Amino acid sequence: MSSQLVNNQPLKAPRKPSRANTLHRSAANYLVSGLAILATLLVLAPLAAILFYLVYKGASSLNLAFFTHPPTPVGEEGGGMANAIIGSGIILALASLMGIPVGIAAGVYLAEFGQGKLLGNAIRFTADVLNGVPSIVMGIAVYSLVVKQQMHYSALAGGIALAIMMVPTITRTTEEMLATVPHAVREAALGLGVPKWRTVVSVSLRTASPGIITGCMLAFARVAGETAPLLFTAFGNQFWSFRLNEPIAALPLQIFVYAISPYDEWHRLAWAGALVLIALIMVSVTLVRIFANRGVLKGGS
Amino acid sequence: MHQISRPVPLVAEAEVSSAPATISPVRAYLNNCGSGQRADSSFTTLMLACACSIFVIVLFIFVVLIVNSHLSLVAFGWKFFMREAWDPVAGDFGALPFIYGTLMTSLLALLIAVPLALGVAIFLTELCPRPLRAPISFLSELLATIPSVVYGLWAVFVLIPLMRSTIGPFLLKTFGWTGLFEGPNFGVGILTAGIILSIMVLPIISSLTRDIMTAVPNSQREAVLALGATKWEMIRIGVLRNSRIGIVGAVLLGLGRALGETMAVTMVIGNHPEIAKSLFAPGYTLASVIANEFSEATGDLYYSALIEIGLALFLVTIIVNAVARLMVWAVTRGAPSRAS
Repeated sequence: MSSQLVNNQPLKAPRKPSRANTLHRSAANYLVSGLAILATLLVLAPLAAILFYLVYKGASSLNLAFFTHPPTPVGEEGGGMANAIIGSGIILALASLMGIPVGIAAGVYLAEFGQGKLLGNAIRFTADVLNGVPSIVMGIAVYSLVVKQQMHYSALAGGIALAIMMVPTITRTTEEMLATVPHAVREAALGLGVPKWRTVVSVSLRTASPGIITGCMLAFARVAGETAPLLFTAFGNQFWSFRLNEPIAALPLQIFVYAISPYDEWHRLAWAGALVLIALIMVSVTLVRIFANRGVLKGGS
Repeated sequence: MHQISRPVPLVAEAEVSSAPATISPVRAYLNNCGSGQRADSSFTTLMLACACSIFVIVLFIFVVLIVNSHLSLVAFGWKFFMREAWDPVAGDFGALPFIYGTLMTSLLALLIAVPLALGVAIFLTELCPRPLRAPISFLSELLATIPSVVYGLWAVFVLIPLMRSTIGPFLLKTFGWTGLFEGPNFGVGILTAGIILSIMVLPIISSLTRDIMTAVPNSQREAVLALGATKWEMIRIGVLRNSRIGIVGAVLLGLGRALGETMAVTMVIGNHPEIAKSLFAPGYTLASVIANEFSEATGDLYYSALIEIGLALFLVTIIVNAVARLMVWAVTRGAPSRAS
């Protein structure tokens, strides 16, 4: 009876959305789209501003002497940052020598041996967390361990601090890259009777090598601009130095010292140094971006 | 090379097996090294050792910091973080001004950066025409590769004069009634540090948020759209609501970066250990006090107080990062990785 009543009731026409409601909704839609576009422009603005100002200030003070001469004392014209460029190169080479093998090996463990194990997950998590530890903390830790024991600042200590910063980044990229290698390739190698280690080295790593090289370059670019861990390890040096157990100059360090100094001549050099540093980093990152067309890259995070 | 020659010895083995007493030395050698058992296990051990070195690094940083800050830990105890004094001459140390500076600058940075980063992520994942997507995300990630010291340099010579001449007076005129913009405006100060920090954490938050939003399945979007939603309603209901935990994680990761950022902040914050309500006032952060005073710390207590500040920074960033990582993982786990 009752159901029949319901059935007999005339079907209501679907409620038409009121005009105000539609207007309100589409206005919100346009507003948010506009805000999102505005946000993107606002984010790109500082990038443009920084790059433009850097090129404008830096290019005018770049000259050959910058690349060939060590700094001159205050008040004298000229001078460059040749020793800082070489010093940065030495520290970065040291850091890469120590950091890259360990990072890749740890990544290999995570991808090939530790998949799904508790230990593997714990290491992955620790690497991510280590990635977020402030660089200045690395600096004081290495200072307490290396510099305090040696009783002097050294290039080696700077290299160790940067190497520690490289390891987690490289580990995570290596792992991600190895995960993209198809299992069939590994199984083919194992099926031929190739030992596991040989499979990893000659098949998995080789297949993933473009991505891994990319990861290493990104880690390199990231630590190339680091100043904080070098403050108390490499310390900086106004003169030529090639010895590993002596204080050594580094480009970011030199930029920092010159930027907060009161001399115009030094400010000029700081801009030139920043331009060189950023050109170095951006060229490597862009190259990586162009050539790394396989796999996933997560730079910066 | 062994692998290639293996089938041949196998045949030989069948013949030899009838006379086991006459195993040649060559045969014995091949038997021993053919399986690669030893090489395999030593390779695994080596890889495991390298992987565990990450644990060792974290542990070693922790132990070194604790051992070296022992003096100040004993002298001040937990009160260290509640005291306002910072007097190296009298040997009286407290970290409260630095904690205040760090928190204020990081919060300001997040206040500025989070809405912008969300906007960028929404634009890139939902609104942007496809050909523009890759270049814009690449550009916004370029921001992340600029070294901190270059940001500092730019801030010293561009942002600080701008603060003094334009932004500062404008804020004073518009928001002066809040009492947050009192006192002389030197250009350097907490607000400037917050602005430069926000530029630095933006790319991190926006790229992670984008990853998380891409991980939301398309069926969610289609379902909402099929109900007649506008694009914004689709983003709000279908995308943002599904990814909110991950977005909070991304914001926390940005916070972790902001807390520990050293060089750029040191160059613009003014380096004055004082708790002031005004955002124009110069301040000091945990990281920048270490950067400035560590190499001139005379006396063991001064040195260990600075190390204790480092220890606090280490622990706080580890906790923030751990929580953030767990949140991001909870959302992106199992999702297809982003193709750039």
